[in-house]
Amino acid sequence: MKDPVKRKIYPTVDEVIADVPDGATIMFGGFGGAGFPNNLIQALARKGTKNLTAISNNCGTGDGELGLLFKNKQVKHVIASFPGPRSNYFQDQFAAKEVTVELVAQGILCERMRARGAGICAFYSPVGAGTEIAAGREERVFQGKRCVLETALGADFAFIKAFKADEIGNLIYRKAARNFNPIMATAAHVTIVEADEVVPVGSLDPEIIITPSVFVDRIVQAKTLRT
Amino acid sequence: MSKPRLTREQIAQRAARELPDGASVNLGWGIPNLVSNYLPKEQIVYFHSENGILGMGPRAAGGEEDLDLVDAMKVPVTLLPGAAFFNQADAHVMTRGGHLDFCLMGGLQVSQKGDLANWKVPGAKGSGGIGGAMDIAAGAKHLIICMEHTTKDDEPKIVKRCSYPLTGLECVKTVVTDMAVIDVEAGGLVLREVAPGLTAEDVQAVTEPKLIILGSVPEMKL
Repeated sequence: MKDPVKRKIYPTVDEVIADVPDGATIMFGGFGGAGFPNNLIQALARKGTKNLTAISNNCGTGDGELGLLFKNKQVKHVIASFPGPRSNYFQDQFAAKEVTVELVAQGILCERMRARGAGICAFYSPVGAGTEIAAGREERVFQGKRCVLETALGADFAFIKAFKADEIGNLIYRKAARNFNPIMATAAHVTIVEADEVVPVGSLDPEIIITPSVFVDRIVQAKTLRT
Repeated sequence: MSKPRLTREQIAQRAARELPDGASVNLGWGIPNLVSNYLPKEQIVYFHSENGILGMGPRAAGGEEDLDLVDAMKVPVTLLPGAAFFNQADAHVMTRGGHLDFCLMGGLQVSQKGDLANWKVPGAKGSGGIGGAMDIAAGAKHLIICMEHTTKDDEPKIVKRCSYPLTGLECVKTVVTDMAVIDVEAGGLVLREVAPGLTAEDVQAVTEPKLIILGSVPEMKL
């Protein structure tokens, strides 16, 4: 076995995503302009990977954040809670039926990923019961409430934005840039982290670790990029 | 000639009076987003943002913005003493799990049973989007809807059954409009207050279900 220290560290953002194949399903952290793995997104745009399924809260603003992947027509399907009216490249391709979308309530999007990360295959929730997003889905009544069956949601890759990573992948985040990142980090086969700083093992206080190293497969150092 | 109704700012001002000192509160898009402007200076309310903040303070001053400290609408904000950060799943543990004292959202329609429609206008262009609305509707401890009482064509938005796509069933507790404050009770919709200058009859005339009117209905204090 390789030295556990540094075996997760990659030298560049292009190398850390080099094996992402066409047709991959990828989770992208980020919300409200904070916590987006924009260096990894830009690397994916340079690589030109196609036919992606993207799991993210939204679909970017113009060509910012995930918008770049839509501008380049790299995405064929989206699982999102709020694609957003200003995600114009996505909206145009959705109107032209070039991209399909599954809308999921935001907290349920979180819980479906959390379930996958926790080894739970499915669960029932009252969210959306009686609405069009639950039409035709399996329902049961618990605690007197109509509940809808939800299935776990995983991905081939998760692209995560952290503030600091240590060399084995313990992560901390910064303020509201945490958002979806720690949840997605648990739910993908390969979790790839871009962090502002990569610090030696032992230099992060164990009491403040948000994502423990076991959830992280690859790390690249890259300064926060706002797009 | 119809009588004057409240402005959107006045709806927000009235809704703010529903929030006690020390409450934890989520404010949605639209009129609720104006509510924080109308809290008394000495009152502390812990505002919750679905991207993982409890204890948001006012908007950040020019030059002091931190782009990692933003609300759900991407606006740079500040923190109150006692604030906390958490992940998006825990943010919705708070909404859906009924841990916040109040959640306020805008509305397109509210039914006599408290069903809510607010996420999609039939026939609207684009993909639409749910965001946190369905989680909040499913689990909020006390959901207040802030909206105009009628559509632009003066059609009732408080209806027997919602015709717009539903957000949640039997979830609304209180509706604050430009004409009235209405509580959703087991027996139906109770008219609690009317806007200044309006009568209970004025409100009933543009409300589809029959309102429960207990004695004389007081005017709102703004």
